[in-house]
Amino acid sequence: MAEKPVLHYFNARGRMECIRWLLSAVGVEFEEKFITSPEDLEKLKNDGSLLFQHVPMVEMDGMKLVQTRAILNYIAAKHNLCGKDLEERALIDMYAEGIADLCEMIMQLPLSPPDQRDAKIALTKDRTKNRYLPAFENVLKSHRQDYLVGNKLSRADIHLVELLYYIEELDSSLLATFPLLKALKIRISNLPNVKKFLQPGSQRKPPTDEKTIEAGRKIFKF
Amino acid sequence: MAGKPILHYFDGRGRMECVRWLLAAAGVEFEEKFLKTKEDLEKLRKDGVLMFQQVPMVEMDGMKLVQTKAILNYIAAKHNLYGKDIKERAIIDMYSEGLLDLNELVLYYPYLSPEEKDKSLAQIKEKARNRYFPAFEKVLKGHGQDYLVGNRLSKADVHLLELLYHMEELDSGILANFPLLKALKTRLSNLPTMKKFLQPGSQMKPLEDAKCVTMVKAIFS
Repeated sequence: MAEKPVLHYFNARGRMECIRWLLSAVGVEFEEKFITSPEDLEKLKNDGSLLFQHVPMVEMDGMKLVQTRAILNYIAAKHNLCGKDLEERALIDMYAEGIADLCEMIMQLPLSPPDQRDAKIALTKDRTKNRYLPAFENVLKSHRQDYLVGNKLSRADIHLVELLYYIEELDSSLLATFPLLKALKIRISNLPNVKKFLQPGSQRKPPTDEKTIEAGRKIFKF
Repeated sequence: MAGKPILHYFDGRGRMECVRWLLAAAGVEFEEKFLKTKEDLEKLRKDGVLMFQQVPMVEMDGMKLVQTKAILNYIAAKHNLYGKDIKERAIIDMYSEGLLDLNELVLYYPYLSPEEKDKSLAQIKEKARNRYFPAFEKVLKGHGQDYLVGNRLSKADVHLLELLYHMEELDSGILANFPLLKALKTRLSNLPTMKKFLQPGSQMKPLEDAKCVTMVKAIFS
């Protein structure tokens, strides 16, 4: 029997959370080995487990995969979440990349210097409301199907719904004028695996607080 | 017969260059529509052809694809530059992502102030010499093959080749301690499609000069 994937990261959302979401959505149980100190990270580096000396790293199927997108692509391809052909895959990739860009903006907010934070928050909200949410609302409007691509669940739906939860945390009013996205969020959240992941006690990580940032700074020395 | 892909970007490297290299490696001829002014970008946005209001955008096979990685993945998959199965694909993705991370620093370099350039160049050299090049030298040593993955050309080789050329422009001695990377560079440069692309008169773009930087900053202002 295949072993469970093992996720190496620190105990926070960061760049590993989208992987946790995707594995959970496909019903794959996983273990986590949390990096809690700079020494833990050094050990992984010295073991030769990190190709580019970075985490996230996921041990799965005999590989030690690094680079978030490589990990996500592999999980998605293995579990048929990449569409039925190259063209569908291209759309899914395009959507996933746009989602990742906005996720990155949101993720960086707690790390921005205090004097820049208000401006960055304003920009992020502007981009959310005027660039990204309209783009995805329009996709759903154009075909009126239950999923973003090919009338079937793909990784793009999972990544988007994860993002919608973060947008809600940032400012719940941002979603107000996007009825189809709101409906997608409810629909995806009700899928059995996602529903389970959204419940307390799952491996989903809470919003990043100051304490977590400090822990991250110590471990990753930034 | 399918039309040639059309690349929408400015006449410079930026984020489109890796797409040009990959199309060239695959032997795919392409056209380019250059943005020269802010108005050119606004027109594309108004036409509704940029999903996230950004370029690069590539029209190909009936799609208007944006997001560099989506474009690269599609080209690679279509032209058999993505390995033979999902595990090879994962390794190729892992290598490509690392290379594109380093390339991110390199592509921004021309647009920095002189002070920022010094800092960035130091960072680029440090990462290349201590992190990325040793990793790839080790990969090549590990299997002794001519290509990074699966004994066959893949997008990872093309990204690496492009990066090696661009980095040598910034630091001519950077490959000094990496004999296998040097050998890979020579070998890949001699592939017929790459050889053609590396010659003057091809669609390969030079390092952005001051004039180009001014134009680009105006387009995206």
